[in-house]
Amino acid sequence: MGVVQGDQMVLNIGPQHPSTHGVLRLEVMTDGEIVSEIKPHLGYLHRCFEKHSENVTYEQVIPFTDRCDYLASMNSNFGYVVAMEELMEIKVPDRVEYIRIIMGELNRVASHLLALGVYGLDIGAFTPFLYMLRDRERILDMFEYTCGARLLYNYMWVGGVSHDLPKDFEKICFGFLDYFEPQIDEYNNLLTYNKIFVERTADVGVIPADVAISYGVSGPNLRGSGVNWDVRKDESYSIYDRFEFDVPVGDGKFGTLGDCFDRYWVRMLEIKESVKIIRQALKDIPSGDVHQALPKKIRPPKGSVYRRTESPRGDLGYYIISDGSPVPSRVKMRSPAFTALSCLDEVSKGWMISDVIAILGSLDIVLGEIDR
Amino acid sequence: MTIEEIKITLTNKFSGSIIENEELSDKQIEVEGSKWLEIATFMRDDPNLSFDQLECITGVDTGEDATLQSRYNLHSMEYRHKVEVVINHDKKNPKVPSIEQVWRIGDWFERETYDMFGISYEGHRDLRRILCPDDWEGWPLRKDYEGQESYHGIVVPKIKEEDEWE
Repeated sequence: MGVVQGDQMVLNIGPQHPSTHGVLRLEVMTDGEIVSEIKPHLGYLHRCFEKHSENVTYEQVIPFTDRCDYLASMNSNFGYVVAMEELMEIKVPDRVEYIRIIMGELNRVASHLLALGVYGLDIGAFTPFLYMLRDRERILDMFEYTCGARLLYNYMWVGGVSHDLPKDFEKICFGFLDYFEPQIDEYNNLLTYNKIFVERTADVGVIPADVAISYGVSGPNLRGSGVNWDVRKDESYSIYDRFEFDVPVGDGKFGTLGDCFDRYWVRMLEIKESVKIIRQALKDIPSGDVHQALPKKIRPPKGSVYRRTESPRGDLGYYIISDGSPVPSRVKMRSPAFTALSCLDEVSKGWMISDVIAILGSLDIVLGEIDR
Repeated sequence: MTIEEIKITLTNKFSGSIIENEELSDKQIEVEGSKWLEIATFMRDDPNLSFDQLECITGVDTGEDATLQSRYNLHSMEYRHKVEVVINHDKKNPKVPSIEQVWRIGDWFERETYDMFGISYEGHRDLRRILCPDDWEGWPLRKDYEGQESYHGIVVPKIKEEDEWE
């Protein structure tokens, strides 16, 4: 006679489920309602980004990067062009750097707004989602005004950007920032200090700092665990070293350090820092040309480069190998959401099924980027 | 630590397993595949190296001389230094010890590289495909890959070769 065991139940969450933020299937082993193991099944959105990249020229890879992280396409573009420019050892005009930073930070705000709003939605707070989407819409309008596209921009090119800023962009952007900053307090009153929200997120899903580093968790998720690490500051790229901004780090505001609330709260604080950067950049932006003279077909010298940048989800790395021809020999994307999702199994053990939804939401994953 | 000091530290500890290779860039170190698990554990635990973060594993098919490579980008949160480790594999039987239990993210990175290149990470506790379906045939990112014609009755479209990039 063996030991009598309680029944294990296998529960499938997804692939079509609103709180998996895309097409992700979680195979959850549960004992009653307590989770003992989670096996994520990926690949539903696999579009062979890396294989396609080996069949197109360097410039033509950029639209593919848009479609990987479709909530922060500007930052995906940004990472790729920064890596390419490091490989080719070229310097771009100052105006281009400023435009890129303004666009990158605006997209970070838009991405965080969606992350926070949807997180509230996952947990049952419907109203903040509408408020945040309303403001995100205004950022998308500015992108549309600049480059014609609302989500998939193909805006940053190697050596430049596709369009210069419209003449009255600064005025519009300052107008938006003046409108937007007081809104952050409104979000806080609506969601952050909501008792139900705090009860659902504080002390839940704690990721200790060493576990986070070992799992390669990065970006706001890592900072939520109290690690002061931001690629923009610590491995500065572009001209981020010219701006003053703080790196918000989780401090266990309502519970344990590294819980879901800390990850949420770090994102909220980061929005304020991004607004600070945009204001400085808009003030100092020089005039000039936004296209650097480059041949139509770029041929980087033989060699390889690995460069990571700070996307809204964390360390977005590109590994590019060039064999001297106009077609890349290998492009690899190190996706931050991929690494964040890998720790879900370890973090969720012992929690209830409803807490798994809270933990998954707090990691802010984008399946387009995980599956590539 | 500079890359030279890292290299000297490793050479002192594992003489013979650090391979001199002129073709590598100044950020890369090539190591013997069979010793990789010991070297990786040392690199993580040694108080002067302290590589606690595995940034990325990239599989590479070098094409002409029929070798596969695994490239590991390591970074130390404490000292803020980094290094790239290159391991060459024989294309007929590509295998290397798994470092899945040294850095936990190695688990998924190795599964991804296995999925795309067929490099077998020995000692990995759950080595199966991660992005492609379990019953997919072939290793998609190898240069000599030819896709299957149909998958469960669905015709797989061919990638059109374009040679006219010149």
